[in-house]
Amino acid sequence: MTVDPIHQFNIDKWFTIGTVGSREIAFTNSAMFMLIAVLSIAVLMIGFTHRQALVPGRLQSLAEISYEFVADTLRSATGEAGMKFFPFVFTIFMFVLFANVLGLLPYSFTVTSHIIITAALALLVFFTVIVYGFWKNGVRFLKLFVPSGVPGYILPFVVAIEVLSFLSRPISHSVRLFANMLAGHITLKVFGGFVTMIAGFGIAGWFGAALPLVMIVILTALELLVAFLQAYVFAILTCIYLNDAIHPGH
Amino acid sequence: MGDGTRKNEDEGSRPSDDAALSARLKRLGSQLDASAGRPTRTEPASRPVDSSAMARGFRLSTELVAGVLVGALIGWFLDRTLGISPWGLIVFVLLGFAAGVLNVIRGARAGSGYPYEPPKD
Repeated sequence: MTVDPIHQFNIDKWFTIGTVGSREIAFTNSAMFMLIAVLSIAVLMIGFTHRQALVPGRLQSLAEISYEFVADTLRSATGEAGMKFFPFVFTIFMFVLFANVLGLLPYSFTVTSHIIITAALALLVFFTVIVYGFWKNGVRFLKLFVPSGVPGYILPFVVAIEVLSFLSRPISHSVRLFANMLAGHITLKVFGGFVTMIAGFGIAGWFGAALPLVMIVILTALELLVAFLQAYVFAILTCIYLNDAIHPGH
Repeated sequence: MGDGTRKNEDEGSRPSDDAALSARLKRLGSQLDASAGRPTRTEPASRPVDSSAMARGFRLSTELVAGVLVGALIGWFLDRTLGISPWGLIVFVLLGFAAGVLNVIRGARAGSGYPYEPPKD
């Protein structure tokens, strides 16, 4: 029996929505799960908060907790001035979180395990920082690349290094989320493959197969933690990068 | 236990009711602030970003690789457009490595807290 741990990341075209030029816009399984994530967020945030009960029920308090969590994170990273970015950060956090967690369900597709998705999110943050930084601070935004207290003769090197460091942000920002999701899901599938392989050896195999099965249970719990953690890390890095646009100069 | 002493103070400050009222209002305001205030604002670095050492190591290694990668890409691009091969690649891979190390230091600076310092204001 062959196990293909990569097969779960296949993009399947379901139907074509339309064409732009000669390029067709297809509705894929990835698009489906993005839609599911967005709809479940909408149901949670709109459907369960419209009653506005003073003593919240379970789902209303879940919505309120997620609001408080993101608001506190953003406020502590960027100060009160950064709160105008709250809708942006909250959207990113909830989308990544729901995409990660929905991807853990059996037979589902993990949207964030494709680098094109995470890179699009990271580049969105990157360009938001650049555009807002220049719009808000003008040329003073470039002070981000000129640390104070550096002697003049090494300043060109320092500025070049700072610029490269700035340019490398979207890469590490996107690769981190994508690679964590990819590696975790491949690990789960590989261990799942072990179970069926070892179980094929007969009676002794049945006992041997229990070991990777236990590992899968443990790894699934770990993956759930990683799903939350990576969504949080993605959001907090967004906050930190936005902070540079709001308060340039170290 | 704090309430008992405050009640005694209230009765002690009989002379002007207005002053007592305003004092009580001020105290209520500060108590409300204390109960509804956001303690995270004063101690932002206490929240852990990573829980496991593996996640932490992975995070830092991505930072380093990203720096080198960007440097190599820029150097390669300059080599191709300006025809200065191989100097662009040599210089920018080295600069990219330095940028990657800078990323790692910033990422590791606050331990498990924020990679960068929070704003001063």
